Amino acid sequence: MSNEKHHIVPYHVYVVILGALLILTFASIGITSIELGSLTVAAALFFAVIKTYLVLIYFMHLKYDKPYIGIMVGAVFLLFIVVIIITFLDYLYR
Amino acid sequence: MQEAQSALQASYLHHQGRYKGLLGWIFSTDHKRIGLLYLYSITTMFVVGLLLGLAMKFELLAPGKTIMEARDYNATFTVHGVIMIFMIVIPGLPAVFGNFLLPLMIGAPDVAFPKINLLSWWFYVAGVFLVLAALLFGSGTPDTGWTFYAPYSFKTGTNMLPAIFGAFVLGFSSILTGLNFIVTIHRMRAPGMKWMKMPMFAWTLYGTAWIQLLATPVVGITLVLVALERIFGIGVFDPALGGDPILYQHLFWIYSHPAVYIMILPAMGAVSEVIPTFSQKHIFGYKALIISTMAIAFVGYLVWGHHMFTAGMSGTAQYAFSLLTFLVAIPSAIKVFNWISTMYKGSINLKTPFYWASSFIFIFMIGGFTGLVLGSLATNVHLHDTAFVVAHFHYIVFGGVSFSFFAAIHYWFPKIYGRMYDEHWAKVGWIMFFIGFVSLYTPMFYLGMKGMPRRYYDYLPEYHGANILSTFGSWILAMGFLVIVVNLVRSARKGEIAVANPWKGKTLEWTVPSPPPFENFKEIPVVGEKDGPYNYE
Ligand SMILES: [Cu+2]
Repeated sequence: MSNEKHHIVPYHVYVVILGALLILTFASIGITSIELGSLTVAAALFFAVIKTYLVLIYFMHLKYDKPYIGIMVGAVFLLFIVVIIITFLDYLYR
Repeated sequence: MQEAQSALQASYLHHQGRYKGLLGWIFSTDHKRIGLLYLYSITTMFVVGLLLGLAMKFELLAPGKTIMEARDYNATFTVHGVIMIFMIVIPGLPAVFGNFLLPLMIGAPDVAFPKINLLSWWFYVAGVFLVLAALLFGSGTPDTGWTFYAPYSFKTGTNMLPAIFGAFVLGFSSILTGLNFIVTIHRMRAPGMKWMKMPMFAWTLYGTAWIQLLATPVVGITLVLVALERIFGIGVFDPALGGDPILYQHLFWIYSHPAVYIMILPAMGAVSEVIPTFSQKHIFGYKALIISTMAIAFVGYLVWGHHMFTAGMSGTAQYAFSLLTFLVAIPSAIKVFNWISTMYKGSINLKTPFYWASSFIFIFMIGGFTGLVLGSLATNVHLHDTAFVVAHFHYIVFGGVSFSFFAAIHYWFPKIYGRMYDEHWAKVGWIMFFIGFVSLYTPMFYLGMKGMPRRYYDYLPEYHGANILSTFGSWILAMGFLVIVVNLVRSARKGEIAVANPWKGKTLEWTVPSPPPFENFKEIPVVGEKDGPYNYE
């Protein structure tokens, strides 16, 4: 049970990821100064998705865990997407 | 006998922890004690909910005002619903029997996070008191129905906020239980207990736990939005501010339909344990039962819109939801087929748990088939918001949970208390409850088809006869419940001492003494390579 090795992430990896998150945050603010019309939300979500991914992979150690945990996380997001799609069967066709 | 007596002395019931007496229970992190804490608190709340239900049925004994005004009737069905759904059927089997049995069944000393487990019970108690506060203090008892539908839920002058907050806290309790079970099943199975060797009840708890973890936050956030709508008028659901009340229904049912599976999956799991034991046969179609459990858990997420067919959804969405709803019937039918096949050519031991489990199948099938009637678009328009709907979901939710719960409590009673219940009185309780249940809800199918709407304290004279029958049924059911409870309480004190495995059960919890010792297993059991899912000897 406790025979899994505990991966120790070097300090500088966290710093790099922190920097990336900050840059992406400023980028998602910066993009609002460009007039994108209906794509504004999509742009904000795009940056948010990348940030979420970085947090999951590095800060929450998905990269160093067994693959099945990654698969479970993926399955949860898949379920989320399916629920959104079904909801929009109502909103897009009303 | 001597051995049994010493088992009782060494058991979790007599274990001396850090605290004595009552404190030794309410601060215990032992999964068995927490299971019993849930059992007692849920039973207490069930009595409250039952009395409210009886009051409603009494009101409907005759047309016009019988014992209460329309406003009080609205408050009564709201509180009845909130209590029964959020405090009884959702925690129900997972929190009571899941807590008590999951570690025993998979050969673990406790759940993965015993302190979080205790915290979940405390959240439950806090939620209960918050909801009760809504009844007793402030500007009137909530009258929205347990569904808290917008826009009424943020317009009504009644005391909504404590009720909403209470439901929110109860949701937290449920999430923590689910989280605990997922980690426990992944990390704490005894050596050799592969996934395909877990008992069915553990499997259904696993499916349920995922629903608790992934669906409950949705209702939590939705209830927060209602609160924000009430306090700040944020305009998410308020059409006057550009919001959409149907969005509320989407969000609410994205949780509350899967919540039905939080109730029914462990119910199916308990029945899947009782039927093979009392048929004295291996369970038929173990893998099919697992696949159907996971299929129900997954497809159950995608059918919520069948509660909204008349709410003004798009036609495309209606078709999709109707189709998906019909799909859920397939894995449910697979389960029924497997239970019947397990009984086939078995040597059936006609004890009370088997009575409850087999009547569960009967009740569940009536509830399921009438669900298909409601799931098809054309008939739904006629039956929506009638007594038919009430009859359907009481068959599924109340029938499904109560019949399996009583099957489970009689089946595991010797394990929990180390004593046998009285077989004769248990059967008397069962037949009264069964007759009461059927005569309470079956007339409501008829009334609904004839057009009697739900949630009214009054009705037209032509509905009188069937309503009388229904009210009589509620009295028989309540008396049956009383017989069951008195018998079990008496037996827990004075019943015959039970042996470790009175029913010749095949799962691991029967290998430890009754009641189990504090640490469950003296040594963590090892499941052999050749042992099947129901054969650990
Ligand atoms: Cu539903």
